[in-house]
Amino acid sequence: MTIGLQHFLILAALLFSIGLYGALTKRNAITILISIELMLNAVNITMVAFSRFVTPIALTGQVFAIFIIVVAAAEVALGLAIIISIYRNHDTIDTHKINLMKW
Amino acid sequence: MGLAIAFYILAAVTIVAALGVIVQKNVFRAALALIICLVAIAGIFIILSADFLAVVQILVYVGAIAVVIILAIMLTREFTRGNPSNRLQLPAFIIAAFFFGLMVFGIIKTNWQISTDPPQAPTTSALAEQLFGQNGFILPLEIAAVLMLAVILGAIVIAREK
Repeated sequence: MTIGLQHFLILAALLFSIGLYGALTKRNAITILISIELMLNAVNITMVAFSRFVTPIALTGQVFAIFIIVVAAAEVALGLAIIISIYRNHDTIDTHKINLMKW
Repeated sequence: MGLAIAFYILAAVTIVAALGVIVQKNVFRAALALIICLVAIAGIFIILSADFLAVVQILVYVGAIAVVIILAIMLTREFTRGNPSNRLQLPAFIIAAFFFGLMVFGIIKTNWQISTDPPQAPTTSALAEQLFGQNGFILPLEIAAVLMLAVILGAIVIAREK
């Protein structure tokens, strides 16, 4: 059997669901960031699969994937800076104990 | 046939590594599982004949993002407390499973318009044409550069010692 578009889309959907579960359940802030990375990678697989199977000449999906990688790098850099700043002030990055803006 | 075998092996490695990120008790090992997952995704990009993106995936994700994440884990020393979950495990699992079922239903039921054109062999020059050429993505590229500059400044300001 040949590998088609749907195989890649289902793989990406499964990866996205795993990342969604991790982002919703984990208490460590760094693990939440890692789960968000998994979700962004699932979107990248979807973009490249569409680019390969639907518009193989235009390559627009791969351009979108490059921009997603740029935004993911920016998000990780800023997120980890915020996490380190919180750790310096509160000695924890447990999302249950970071309740400064909760009322 | 060889492509199918490669796809199934890489897909299995990707999913097992992603599950490892969720299941691992140690945050450091979860980050290592993330690296395995990212490398397998680079292999999937090669199957999809996106050679430039596969190299970018290795360079940016494995080379930069994973290293920064591991550095943050080392700096926060939170991994001695494990990787606990909150009380939302069952609702989160239901939401994720429902989302997955919905996506699979939509993917299988949709009649995709598959193009029969062969893929472009080296994608680098074609991508450069798309990004920098006429009617290309030059304005989003410049905006992405400004975004990176803002992120560099913001990260330095936020993480700086008082």
